[in-house]
Amino acid sequence: MHAWGFVRNTLGERVIEPGTPAPEFTLARAEGGEFTREDLAGQTSVLVFYPFAFSPVCTDQMGLYDEVRGELASRGATLYGVSCDATWSQTAFREQLGVSIEQLSDFEPKGETCRAFGVYHPGGFPQRALVIIDPDGVVKWSYQADSPGDLPGANLIFDGLAD
Amino acid sequence: MTELGSAPVPPLDADDHVRGAEDATLVIEYADFECPFCAVLSARLADRLLRRAFRHFPVRSSHPRAWSAACASEAAGAQGKFWEMHDLLFADQGRLEDPHLWQRARELGLDLARFDADRRSEKVLARVRQDFESGIRAGVVTTPTLWAGGVLHPGKVDESVLTTLERGARP
Repeated sequence: MHAWGFVRNTLGERVIEPGTPAPEFTLARAEGGEFTREDLAGQTSVLVFYPFAFSPVCTDQMGLYDEVRGELASRGATLYGVSCDATWSQTAFREQLGVSIEQLSDFEPKGETCRAFGVYHPGGFPQRALVIIDPDGVVKWSYQADSPGDLPGANLIFDGLAD
Repeated sequence: MTELGSAPVPPLDADDHVRGAEDATLVIEYADFECPFCAVLSARLADRLLRRAFRHFPVRSSHPRAWSAACASEAAGAQGKFWEMHDLLFADQGRLEDPHLWQRARELGLDLARFDADRRSEKVLARVRQDFESGIRAGVVTTPTLWAGGVLHPGKVDESVLTTLERGARP
């Protein structure tokens, strides 16, 4: 994916490790509320950190993962898309794709939640990363793509849930 | 509950759609009929001496008509015309609405009432889903993805890879 060439080999910190309690964080929901650590309680959450709404790989990723949303739900797992885009952009992205994955915005203070999870790219956007958090608020599994241009298969999420 | 964890691309079975010389190298396409790059790959493979299997990988958000086209191809397959419908679908991706599917079914001489019932049936839906899930488990993330020589090739496949496969070697 040559379009992402400029960000290759610039990885610094890595995604939060399994066994770590989820950090305190605040993300903005599309309807105006907040999504925080407390919202993780009692359910398995899959945070899908993605670089940019409307970019090609992120478009493929949301569409692909939306196809397995039902299977994830049957395992008690809920998908959330997380980016530094504004809520309006995320909503437009979700509506254009026709997907149902809730979008959470790390727009202001920009990237603060991404930093807390170890996935803030020096270029000013989230690394492409997946974090599964168990109902007790502890990271069960995490994955960071080698490059933001690489799309992790949905199979990896199911592997992570089964671990 | 469906198992979608990682697994290799499944080997061919009796349900698979396969064409080409039996002694040629096998390639498996994960594709959908609304995907323009899939149509291009299909045309390129048609010029090659390869044994081809087609598996469905429809993603609604990218290609909203891909699922119905996939089901139409399976319904045609139930009347022995999968590949004929496959070719007609890829030949005109701008016309994939119901009347266009019925027109193709008529052109192929299918029993139209049976075609229409079959393409909406649970059996056909499950058949398409089976292919899709095998792709998910193998790590397919986009269309087209070509499985060849034990490796997945997402997106555009180099001519050199096809030539190597045609010669019977691993790319």
